Amino acid sequence: MKTKQRIYILSAALLILVLLYLLLGLNPFIWRYALSLRIPKTIALLLVASSIAFSSTVFQTLTNNRILTPSVLGLDSLYLFIQSLIVFLFGSSTLARLGENFNFILSVGLMVAFSLLLFQLLFKREERNIFFLLLVGLVMGTFFQSLSTFMQVLIDPNEFLVIQNRMFASFNNMNTEILWLALIISFLAVLFTLKDLKNLDILSLGRENAINLGVDYDFVVKKFLVLISILVSVSTALVGPITFLGLLVVNLARELLRTFRHKYLIVGAILIASIALTFGQLIAERLLNFSTPISIIINFIGGLYFIFLLLKESKI
Amino acid sequence: MIEVKSVVKQYGRKRVLDNVSLKIEKGKITSFIGPNGAGKSTLLSIISRLIGKDGGQVYLDGELVDGIDCNSFARKLSILRQSNHLNVRLTVRELVSFGRFPYSEGKLRAEDLDHIERALEYTQLKEEADKYLDELSGGQRQRAFIAMVIAQDTEYILLDEPLNNLDVKHSVEIMKILRRLVGELGKTVVIVMHDINFASCYSDYIVAFNKGQIVKEGNVEEIINKDVLEDVYDTNFVVQDIMNRRICFYY
Repeated sequence: MKTKQRIYILSAALLILVLLYLLLGLNPFIWRYALSLRIPKTIALLLVASSIAFSSTVFQTLTNNRILTPSVLGLDSLYLFIQSLIVFLFGSSTLARLGENFNFILSVGLMVAFSLLLFQLLFKREERNIFFLLLVGLVMGTFFQSLSTFMQVLIDPNEFLVIQNRMFASFNNMNTEILWLALIISFLAVLFTLKDLKNLDILSLGRENAINLGVDYDFVVKKFLVLISILVSVSTALVGPITFLGLLVVNLARELLRTFRHKYLIVGAILIASIALTFGQLIAERLLNFSTPISIIINFIGGLYFIFLLLKESKI
Repeated sequence: MIEVKSVVKQYGRKRVLDNVSLKIEKGKITSFIGPNGAGKSTLLSIISRLIGKDGGQVYLDGELVDGIDCNSFARKLSILRQSNHLNVRLTVRELVSFGRFPYSEGKLRAEDLDHIERALEYTQLKEEADKYLDELSGGQRQRAFIAMVIAQDTEYILLDEPLNNLDVKHSVEIMKILRRLVGELGKTVVIVMHDINFASCYSDYIVAFNKGQIVKEGNVEEIINKDVLEDVYDTNFVVQDIMNRRICFYY
């Protein structure tokens, strides 16, 4: 089958890129040190790529929309808001004393609680419209962003630097302290929804068809929203917000694999995201000598592709 | 049997369904007729649990529908809504295969494949089975969706305006398929219809709605007559017997 073949090709490409990234420029004197840096970074890259690809694919299916990403829900703004709030109220020393792991768990917990609350409030009402959820998410996102900016303006410039560090996606100063915890949490999160993954194909037919075919729609959607919040928290905590990567990879996976089956789509999107990040990092590190952050490249390409998608959609 | 007991549904202050009670018998085609906004589709959606209700109960074979788990419910009752726009590109066979989801959970067994083939045959879509839905005509697409519902193999089949936007030929085809479903497979079919003459020619039982209430229910002779229809639609009607069918003129 063509779809399967393409997935094998993508996997091979990823394997080669990862090996290249790990092994390029090693010599007998520094290999130990270099690998001790590169291996965690590679794992983090793959984890970020996977969580972004996974969450975006699921999110687009839930909303039945090809040009949305979870950042529309305002989740990454919420993450920055939480960080800003902690620094604003208690100072960056508290943030440091709490430890990265605690901070991470706190943020993930708050984000999941927020998305559940948002969901609960909206779905109690009769016209359970996912677009209303998005609209509220968008407004809340802007709200959190403005609040964060407001607090950032007020605090000491040195403290601001701490927040700024978290504001921009950067794979060079990745937050690798929380890597293992993030890995475990996202693994558990995916495990927790493993049984519901088969429902994704049905969900892509829309709410009414899904209910007709025996999917417990509200429950499953809620579960997936929790998963999405966890995965978005993981990637945002590790490297900061990357808005366009998800959009880019999910659509590329759809174009490339030409299937509606999520077992292929998700794997394809994860592979493409991993390839994009590993390749981008390889270029940024070895070719551009760390001068350009990879997120700029990704957002530039992603933005162009987004405009292209908008133009294409409006034609149909 | 589907039993609806004093069901209430309101949006804000407006009651779209006001204390509606109804029994739908097994093995028959029951049609819901009435003007726009009379609550026909709303009742269909409430029975099939697509939307919630603000009062009353619905029983399916004596069991309260709210208590039935989603999967068993999907094996007993299926619904097809009028707007069937999909965001994914599917072939006819893929769409029909979705109908087996309540049984197969995504992994099709030999038995499921049988059901799919039978549904395609029933709707005469064998030749179009591997075409994409967007390559089909409106009538074929509607038949494909009906094939999905047939593959779902539920005892109760609810259809919300299945003849919407279809020409005469395709409408007749679909009504004949539904008739066969009832006659040969013993299904129970409930249809929301706008074309009164189709309702008159193909139903066993007709329920007439107006302003959120049932005005009158009964077999074709009881409903398709001048007094009842003029009351329901607030329009002048002439009803005549043509070839043993009751046909209405209201043009």
